[in-house]
Amino acid sequence: MSATETISTIEGAGAAFAHQSLRFTLLMREIEDRIERKLYRQGKILGGVYVGRGQEAISVGATLMAEPGDMLYPSHRDMAAFLVRGVSPGRIFAQYMGRAAGLTRGRDGNMHMGDMNLRIGAIISALAATVPVAAGSALAMKYLGMPNVTICWFGEGSTSLGHWHEGMNFASVQKLPVVWICNNNQYAYSTPMSAQMACVNVADRGAAYGIPAEIVDGNDVFAVSAAAKRAIDHARAGNGPYLLECKTFRMTGHSAHDNADYVPPALFDEWSKLDPITRLESRMIAEKWASREEIDGIHAAIVKEVDEAVQWAENCPFPDPATLLEDVYESE
Amino acid sequence: MVATYIEAIRQGLWEEMERDPNVFLIGEDIGVYGGAFKVTAGFHEKFGDRRVVDTPISEAAIAGAAIGASLMGLRPVAEMQFADFITCAFDQIVNFAAKCRYRWGAAVPIVIRAPSGGGVHGGPFHSQNPEMWFVRTPGLKVVAPATAYDAKGLIKSAIRDNDPVLFFEHKGLYRRIKEELPAEEYCVPIGKARVAREGRDLSIITYGAMVWTALSAAEQLAAEGIEAEVIDLRTLLPLDREAVCSSVKKTSKALLLHEDTRTGGMAGELAVTITESVFDYLDGPVVRVTAPDTPVPFSQTLEEAFLPNAGHVVEKARWLHRY
Repeated sequence: MSATETISTIEGAGAAFAHQSLRFTLLMREIEDRIERKLYRQGKILGGVYVGRGQEAISVGATLMAEPGDMLYPSHRDMAAFLVRGVSPGRIFAQYMGRAAGLTRGRDGNMHMGDMNLRIGAIISALAATVPVAAGSALAMKYLGMPNVTICWFGEGSTSLGHWHEGMNFASVQKLPVVWICNNNQYAYSTPMSAQMACVNVADRGAAYGIPAEIVDGNDVFAVSAAAKRAIDHARAGNGPYLLECKTFRMTGHSAHDNADYVPPALFDEWSKLDPITRLESRMIAEKWASREEIDGIHAAIVKEVDEAVQWAENCPFPDPATLLEDVYESE
Repeated sequence: MVATYIEAIRQGLWEEMERDPNVFLIGEDIGVYGGAFKVTAGFHEKFGDRRVVDTPISEAAIAGAAIGASLMGLRPVAEMQFADFITCAFDQIVNFAAKCRYRWGAAVPIVIRAPSGGGVHGGPFHSQNPEMWFVRTPGLKVVAPATAYDAKGLIKSAIRDNDPVLFFEHKGLYRRIKEELPAEEYCVPIGKARVAREGRDLSIITYGAMVWTALSAAEQLAAEGIEAEVIDLRTLLPLDREAVCSSVKKTSKALLLHEDTRTGGMAGELAVTITESVFDYLDGPVVRVTAPDTPVPFSQTLEEAFLPNAGHVVEKARWLHRY
């Protein structure tokens, strides 16, 4: 049985799941396109911009399988985790524009954001540092007898850092309820997989820690969600961590200032044929879950929603410099 | 009851674990073995695997797991087997823990215990005083108790604090000092220095094991008619600038003392604090006695030459007194 059949036939939620997935993949794509291709070039975005174009299915497919009480640590290419958890596009634009209404109130930028009320933790720039932290949140879940799991995303580049290995090993030794999701987009900044590691797959590393691992088509939201469900169920049942390697491709530079001229153009051509949104839409039409006209209507509605969100964010004030010294410590 | 410095830390940890079920310990060899210095001996027997978590040799995982658990509402107390090994957890502490509240409003109520200090022939990797790496990091709190009373009271406050606290316990003091501790429960507030000895002629401002060096020097000076005041900072971040300045206003002379190396040590910050705030009260230059800018050497002749001692303090104090 294929992964897609697991979701669509067993759960009978094919159409509903597909519609949800379409909304969040499209919303993420539109927000990031707007940030990278418009607002950044217009000088309205502060600092760096790192998007997940082509990788949307991974954060969407996995987050939709999580319970609201599950703790998420999305990487900088997993914006949809925030959207699925209910963060408004306006607040995300405000975050990128350094406005007071951003999730970090202007203290940090881009995807460096979190909100414990939504059970989403904020990454730091050295992404692999999140791995031991996620293990700690899973430890707390076990300690407190919570029926929850922690999901932690990272790229293949993160798996070269010591923190990654320490966190994987510790979580496995302690049999913690944590799901590791690698967005293997084949490039860490300019460094290709072949210069990043000598093993062929990130999933191969699971065996070193006694962690079951599988390779997933990261551009197929049905495959991602089915694998995420297996992984989450495994962890929630008390069987310890689970590693998913979602194969995908970074359809952009490392950041908005990087034109990725070091990537062979053929790779972009090849992977553009595997675009996760196009694939999702084709499937929806083939399954008669939606018509082309209906999908076009969804596109138009999302563009309008994003237009309004940009407008809202541009009208938000910058943080008051008088707040500079606040919140370094708990206030007395 | 009379307790050593190490027993005082044990008592503080034990009481907090009994008081709050969300307090747990995490570190290397702290469970059945009871820790490299036996600070947690008997804890595993009483509190079990769940609350005394033995880890692989992974300082980054220890600090990171403490952070992640604290985000979920627990109060982890992590042990670095030696303060020197804290370098392996640097990113977790400095970039993750210290900045969470400021960046996204998330509390990280962790304590990291770090046995530090020399005089035990531990060599370059078991003797360092790495406190200034963290005093330079806004968002962290850094404490360094000198007495058994403060060690117990400060570990309790550190566990209850809602910000990340680094607890530098001087391993040279573990079994060297003891004192009568109150039978009733008490905490010592973070951020408050104390006057370890009153005096009118000059202020010796220090912390950690050097408080005892300063007190010993002060006794020798008293025999010569020089009355030194000894200020024990107890907390290095946030620094009790008021206590420092109020002592210098009284004595008009400041001698700064630390076991840490010289350049970029606490003395630099103290010196500027004093000149910025109470320059007009000074009757002499601000001076310092510190370890030299070298790694901590192993052999006893070298380590003795490295560590500041009462003789160095007396000599510098005499000079300052005459000034």
